[in-house]
Amino acid sequence: MGQLFAVEVIYRGVFQKTLAKNITRGIVLAAHNEGKLGISFGRYSDAPERNGIPAKSFAIVANDEETLEAGMAQYEPKQVDVTVVLDDTLCKGAESWAWSGLQPVHRALKPGHTLIVISLDDAPALLKNIHRRKEPYKLGIVRGVTSFSGMWVYKDDHTDVRILGAIAKALPAVMSLESVEKFINEKLKNSLKVTTARNAFERFTTIGVKAGEGNPEEVVKVGLPRWEDMRCGVSIKGQGQGGPFADPVTGEVGGFRPVRNELFTKYSARTQRPVVNFATCTKCTLCWLNCPDGAFDITTAGTYDTNFEACSGCGICEEICPVKNCITMVNEDEFHDNNSQWAAFEKDKGAYLKWLEATIKKADPIKNRSHGFRYRGQYQEQVPEAMEIANKG
Amino acid sequence: MATLTIPVEEKKKTHEQEALITGAEAIAIACKLANVDVVTAYPIRPYDTVMQYISQLVADGEMDCEYIVAEGEHSQFEIVKHASACGARVFCGSSGVGWMYAMECLTVTPALRIPMVAMVGNRALDDPGAFGVEHNDALSVRDLGWMLTWVDSAQEALDTALIAYRVAEDRRMFVPLAISCDGAFLTHSQALVKIPALEQVKKFLPPYNRGDLLLHPDNVISVAPQANEDWVMEVRRQNYAVTEIACDVIREVYTDFEKTFGRKYGNPFFEEYMTKDADVVLLGMGTMSTPVKVAVRKMREEGKKVGFVRLRWFRPFAGPEIAKCLERFKAIGVIDRDFSFGSPDLSGVVATELRSAMYTSAATRPPVLDFICGLGGREVTVPDVEKMTEITFEAAKGKAQPLTQWIGLRE
Repeated sequence: MGQLFAVEVIYRGVFQKTLAKNITRGIVLAAHNEGKLGISFGRYSDAPERNGIPAKSFAIVANDEETLEAGMAQYEPKQVDVTVVLDDTLCKGAESWAWSGLQPVHRALKPGHTLIVISLDDAPALLKNIHRRKEPYKLGIVRGVTSFSGMWVYKDDHTDVRILGAIAKALPAVMSLESVEKFINEKLKNSLKVTTARNAFERFTTIGVKAGEGNPEEVVKVGLPRWEDMRCGVSIKGQGQGGPFADPVTGEVGGFRPVRNELFTKYSARTQRPVVNFATCTKCTLCWLNCPDGAFDITTAGTYDTNFEACSGCGICEEICPVKNCITMVNEDEFHDNNSQWAAFEKDKGAYLKWLEATIKKADPIKNRSHGFRYRGQYQEQVPEAMEIANKG
Repeated sequence: MATLTIPVEEKKKTHEQEALITGAEAIAIACKLANVDVVTAYPIRPYDTVMQYISQLVADGEMDCEYIVAEGEHSQFEIVKHASACGARVFCGSSGVGWMYAMECLTVTPALRIPMVAMVGNRALDDPGAFGVEHNDALSVRDLGWMLTWVDSAQEALDTALIAYRVAEDRRMFVPLAISCDGAFLTHSQALVKIPALEQVKKFLPPYNRGDLLLHPDNVISVAPQANEDWVMEVRRQNYAVTEIACDVIREVYTDFEKTFGRKYGNPFFEEYMTKDADVVLLGMGTMSTPVKVAVRKMREEGKKVGFVRLRWFRPFAGPEIAKCLERFKAIGVIDRDFSFGSPDLSGVVATELRSAMYTSAATRPPVLDFICGLGGREVTVPDVEKMTEITFEAAKGKAQPLTQWIGLRE
């Protein structure tokens, strides 16, 4: 058996589907320049055609056909040499559509190997989100704006070749920088991209992450039943009706909270979250009525509090809210918990409104993850700024 | 979308190219090379990747065809049936319940002698809704006059699509043909594939000539009039005649394929892997070949004499030839990625067919065990294969084993 390499790219459905595919294809074609063989594929049980859903794309590379076949004999690689995370908000964990619960991004990463994250944050900030694990690993940050685009429109901000350059540095055995450059010259035919890849290669560094370092949250463990224990007739037990809930601060009972599926929370699809100003809310009900995920709880005061276990961050509430700045979508990486905003508001109204003001200022349009493009030419406008941030390194 | 590197147009005509493409993309490229005239489409995963790639080829100006998105699979298959009757080379396909929704059209096509080529992206039949591979969708037409073949790599998908047009459009045949590609493992996985040159394909695949069956004002005929007991049995006998010569035609076409393109498939009907001195063999169809071959190599290193036979053609079922191949082994373990409700010994479709073939054509009577495995896209793992092999070895030693067992099930 020769050497077998696996690289996984964790990305967000729709927004980064083409980007992820371009990266894993690039790995196989660059490695092929060294005579290696490989395959590239997306995880089939994912739903990459759904906005923001965490999804995976893989590249498997080997020196010879038999070794490659051993890699292909699995549905997907159980262990990978490099994990790439294309959106740093995914560091909170990826929950696939396959109902396996929220999982750490480095779940498949071999001990001591490299996790590459595109981010403007530094390692301590990312490690607030990335779950701790028993084995140490390396973390490498490719500094840059998260590259989001649409299903049919690709924002060519060189993120693909920056990642290829970083992988060549992290895992030179899979492909050299020269092979990446040859691939770009021959297949992408873009000399500017060659320079970008080389810069990314030269700048890429990693830090060691110790065992136990990171987000202490325990991830969901889902058990699967034996066939005799499953309900018959492809049926699953429904949720209860829900009812009033006790206010977390006053203890008053009222409002309404639906019962939600604990195992299928959907919040890992969220790239931005609503920040609600309860002081200006007119209780018009529009956010609650239009939320596709039933994410709002009705508080005892008749306001609407987002349940962040249920919110997938679609932004419809912000669009539908008739009150100026009452609901503002803010980049998900500003938050490290799913706590109730209403509870914070009730506890100390002044402090909450101060926090709100500071937080919604961070709704920086370039950092904001666009949910689909809004007008023709939008991506082309974003490219120079993204490239500038990337080139500063 | 896929980004196929587009070399100079001229080079494509005379030189073989290499590309990193999925099995679905390979079929789309075969359609382009075969110069297909009419394509109908209706999305269902995993087949829909083929329609995406063909539409991209059309949009890029690489392929010239009528591309019709139908309002459902039923119309999708009706439209190509009629186009084919009018002399067009056609392509369509579906998956899982989409294929079943087209069932009426699938049943009426063979008697009309329509050489339609379809791709089935194998998918579990709902319910429960699932995307994963299971072979019951394509197998549902096994008694209806369709030829059925299973491929296990993107390269074989491309080659078989070219072979399919040659076989189906052979005047002696004129019956529909479905190429089965396992969902995910083949349809969605990109591998390095050699794309033959257009000039070679032209040499291999003559234009579709419908002759006296052409539905055209210059050739006034009426197709599919209402008939009664005076006619039906004779119509069926005509299709039966096709099955009598199908194996010979397929063999001819593979020989010619090898001569034209230089790629060898050996016996067209099944592939033998490490069977030469084997005591027992496993037998299955489609992409399960990858984990099985890996496991066989591993077990060979441990000194276990096991081999693998991958069935390529299910219809026609080359019964005598397969029986002759298998009669020399001490036991056979069939891996069925399907399930045949209430069948003899409650087995899968392949094992049931194989036992029938062995009963009439084999000189010996080795035990034929059946393993139901990998349903709904579940992985057929290397340890699964080792387990099935162990059980097959026990049977070879004369220890009675259950004829059907479920492997990889949570129990």
